[in-house]
Amino acid sequence: MAAARKKRAAKTDAEVGVRRVKAADMTNVIELDAHITKVPKADYWNDVFKRYGRQRLHERFFLVAEDRVDRENPRLLGFIIGEVRAWEFGSTPCGWVFALSVDPDARLHGSGRALLDAISAAFKKAGVSKMRTMVERNTMLQMLFFRSEGMMAGPYIQLEKDLD
Amino acid sequence: MRLQISTQLAIFAALELAAREGQQLSVADIGEKYGVSSHHLAKVMHVMGRAGLVRSVRGAGGGYQFAGNARRTTLLDVVQLFEDANSAEREGGAADATPEGQALRQVLSEIDDIARATLGSITIATMRKLVERNASGNGRQPKTGQQRPRGELAS
Repeated sequence: MAAARKKRAAKTDAEVGVRRVKAADMTNVIELDAHITKVPKADYWNDVFKRYGRQRLHERFFLVAEDRVDRENPRLLGFIIGEVRAWEFGSTPCGWVFALSVDPDARLHGSGRALLDAISAAFKKAGVSKMRTMVERNTMLQMLFFRSEGMMAGPYIQLEKDLD
Repeated sequence: MRLQISTQLAIFAALELAAREGQQLSVADIGEKYGVSSHHLAKVMHVMGRAGLVRSVRGAGGGYQFAGNARRTTLLDVVQLFEDANSAEREGGAADATPEGQALRQVLSEIDDIARATLGSITIATMRKLVERNASGNGRQPKTGQQRPRGELAS
């Protein structure tokens, strides 16, 4: 399975296109996530698809990037998921990105940037002017990417405690 | 957070040199812009040279070139050349053994961790974008001239 995925996402001069997810994409989405996180969770992703790929689509965006060099057989390169969230602890509506994944074998071809551009445009169209996300601060790959796209620390800070 | 003058100068020098790939600038050129003596800046450049971030170019019109990878070199890489980014780890004496001292160190460590994460996630290339955005005054991402893949949402 991994070999097939790698073959599909082999490094080439990709022509990156972004569109909304379809049910037929979910096998590749689940496979890509399992490859990256090492934790297969098909049920979780199928639930995410029902909520973000089918409901309230005017403010929920589950987008996929694909390589369209071969128009007959476009290859999934990655995906991004976000929604318009409002009034959490007083926050005015903002675009919240909670998932972004790009095939490691297809990185550095602009897929992540294309996905972020697309969801930014979708958020703007939905009427919000601020986009937020939360990244584990030691996950440098994601931190460096979001920083390079102009994202800065916002006014909220994540807090946590051990539940004894 | 406050950075030492040498650290700030090193970051400024890296930004100036990275903006002129393949060209060189003299310490006098950089020093003039930031109002600092060539002598002070030369010491800073020496440290950066030893770290492989800049290289000196000899001869007429000589100076310094950026020798690092602007998309890989972070602010933390530069800052750590000149100061301790783990200030909370320093010995604080007998007070550290007290619950109060430990609580204070816990809070200071949190501040240090956040500072390190911030400095470690911003590259010289990202800083250049920020500089250009501020210079343009419109708060938008600068255009790099590089063709971006299609990012619009196709129906």
